[in-house]
Amino acid sequence: MKKKALIPALTLSAVTLLAACGGGGNNEAPADDAAASANEPAQEDVTIDFMHLWPAGSSPDHHRIVTDIISEFEEMHPHVTVELEVLENEQYKNKLQVVSSSNQLPDVGMTWAAGFLEPYVNGELFAPLDDVLEDGFRDDFVAGTLEAYSINDQTYALPLELNIAPVFYNTAIFEEHGVSVPETYDDFLNTIDTLVEAGVTPIALGNRDRWTGSLWYMYLADRIGGADALNSAIDRSGSFNDERLIAAAEGIQEMVEHDAFIPGFNGLSDQEAKAEFMNGNAAMYLIGSWDLPNYTTNEEVPQEFRDSIDFFKFPEVEGGEGDINGWVGGPGVGLFVAENSDVKEESKEFVAYFTEEWGKRSVEDAGVIPGTQVNTDEVDLPDLFISVLDELNNASSITLFADVQMSSSVAETHLNMIQSLFGEAVTPEEFAEEHENALQADE
Amino acid sequence: MSDKRVIALYTLPALLILLVLIYVPIVLTAYYGLMDWDGIGAMTFVGLENYTALLSDGMFWRSAYHSLLLALFSVGSLVLYLAISLILASNVKGANLFRKIYLIPMLLSSVAIAQLWLRIYHPTNGVMNRFLTSVGIENPPLWLSDTSIVLFAIFIPIIWQYAGFYIIIYYAALKNIPAELEEAAKIDGATPFQIAYKIKLPLIAGVMKVTVVLAVIGSLKYFDLIYVMTDGGPSGASEVMASYMYKLAFRTNDFGYGSAVGFFLLVLILIVTYLIRRATASKEDQVQY
Repeated sequence: MKKKALIPALTLSAVTLLAACGGGGNNEAPADDAAASANEPAQEDVTIDFMHLWPAGSSPDHHRIVTDIISEFEEMHPHVTVELEVLENEQYKNKLQVVSSSNQLPDVGMTWAAGFLEPYVNGELFAPLDDVLEDGFRDDFVAGTLEAYSINDQTYALPLELNIAPVFYNTAIFEEHGVSVPETYDDFLNTIDTLVEAGVTPIALGNRDRWTGSLWYMYLADRIGGADALNSAIDRSGSFNDERLIAAAEGIQEMVEHDAFIPGFNGLSDQEAKAEFMNGNAAMYLIGSWDLPNYTTNEEVPQEFRDSIDFFKFPEVEGGEGDINGWVGGPGVGLFVAENSDVKEESKEFVAYFTEEWGKRSVEDAGVIPGTQVNTDEVDLPDLFISVLDELNNASSITLFADVQMSSSVAETHLNMIQSLFGEAVTPEEFAEEHENALQADE
Repeated sequence: MSDKRVIALYTLPALLILLVLIYVPIVLTAYYGLMDWDGIGAMTFVGLENYTALLSDGMFWRSAYHSLLLALFSVGSLVLYLAISLILASNVKGANLFRKIYLIPMLLSSVAIAQLWLRIYHPTNGVMNRFLTSVGIENPPLWLSDTSIVLFAIFIPIIWQYAGFYIIIYYAALKNIPAELEEAAKIDGATPFQIAYKIKLPLIAGVMKVTVVLAVIGSLKYFDLIYVMTDGGPSGASEVMASYMYKLAFRTNDFGYGSAVGFFLLVLILIVTYLIRRATASKEDQVQY
């Protein structure tokens, strides 16, 4: 079925509906066409080194699209060869840091937003890409996504992904135990209690990875304190000692007291927790929309299971300042061009072309919501996808993942504290205090 | 004369590789340790500031304590390996088969072992807890998420991983002891225990010393299995020096400080090795058979 749902403009603090421009209908595409390069004298052969993190084994769809786009680009530009290097996420991060310290970055590579990007920009390793965004290309992006990659009003990467985090739940388990989607936090606790009494694990959580637990804390912080409480604590206009944020930390421990999370969650990875949810051993699972293919199009997952998965918005907290349409999320990886690349022009062209093409194919072919606007009239998507895109339409705010907002050292403290908070090794007050110390040390 | 030249020529490649891959990085690490550097941008010289920070860094001492515990634990487990080797070397039936069984973990990579033990320790589906619940234990331990036991839960696979390695060394050493010695002792009426304690162990004292040094060094710089299984968590309960160093350098972009921790670790290992050698250097007289 096709539904008219245009992904709207979105700012990380407030969202306004805009008429989208029918994505990709931009004739002023920055990639030059084959005719133009044919008129030029024979160009010297150049090679663009491109490093990405979607191996064929673990991300086959992503990998295939990347390869396709590259071969098309090479066809349009016969003098350009794109050399690939592909690494897994964690190795990718390490390698990027190692090669950057010896100033041997690939010409084009992938980076995360905000806190991750900062040291690279300060070290003048990434090239500003604002010239690529001229000719209206800027307007192809969902408003607000580029900002996450901008420092001092210059954009250093073009986003390829945009995610929000819904609470996925197993409708079969909900029906079996007669619970409905919780509207408020109190309902939520009741739902949890009902499931626990029935001997069902309410929530799958792999908190060894720590950012997974951070999502829960962020939602409580948003629902209790509104969209700005956590952001202002991070940007120092507020504080983690804010009683609303302490209340959010208390909420987490209350959930732990109610046995909301799977036993041994602090020792489980996100993958292990996901497996429990996928096997029907847990009723709920909070994760980014990047997981949507598992519940829609992934043929390796039994059809019956996929049909039984739906999502709900994190419930409101009574008396809280947050809006049920506030989301936690943000852009994932984006493409950068190295500042000292000797093929900068070609690299910029490649990045622009890649981002645009990626936007056209990623949702349908890999289930990735791109950073560029999607015209849902032109794509054939499962209902669950359309619902998430609609929610993106109605979002009142999107709070960028906390660990992404923070500098890397503060993020490490935050993630450790999340684990301690969930493991009841610290009190909510200590949790706040440790954050404050880390933020002060960082200034 | 040409001999010396030839010798120099032959040793040069190995020496170069050693220099470039081991000694240069050590010097660089020492150098980075004196810098405030995020590993990406410009460096600032801060002298010994990283080291003074290290002395008051609670997390560092906590991870150092965990590393030392692991070292003690590993040295303790050498006794177990030695006992097994003594039994195997005394020509029991099936000794060869058991030697092969003990060796299997050595053939697996640490990551594979970590994955295997993650499944054993899984809180609900793991072999361990399935067994415990089947014999009527209501709430079996949550091996990897309980901060009070996670460290020992991790030590067990490490012991298991290295068993084969040490057993091979001990076994070979024990097999090298001439059989006449044991026969003579038997004729004199010595019990098997006396033979082991009074004859065999003194004869392989040199090998034992080497294994103690190896076990201690290996423990102090141990990293891979912990990184995969718990990532130092929960809340740093299984953080060791090497994993902490890794986090500083690669996660918090504190490359200078991470290098200081790395260099400190190197110095610590050198000191500990020296102390062990000093402590065990008393009876260096060669055994005459």
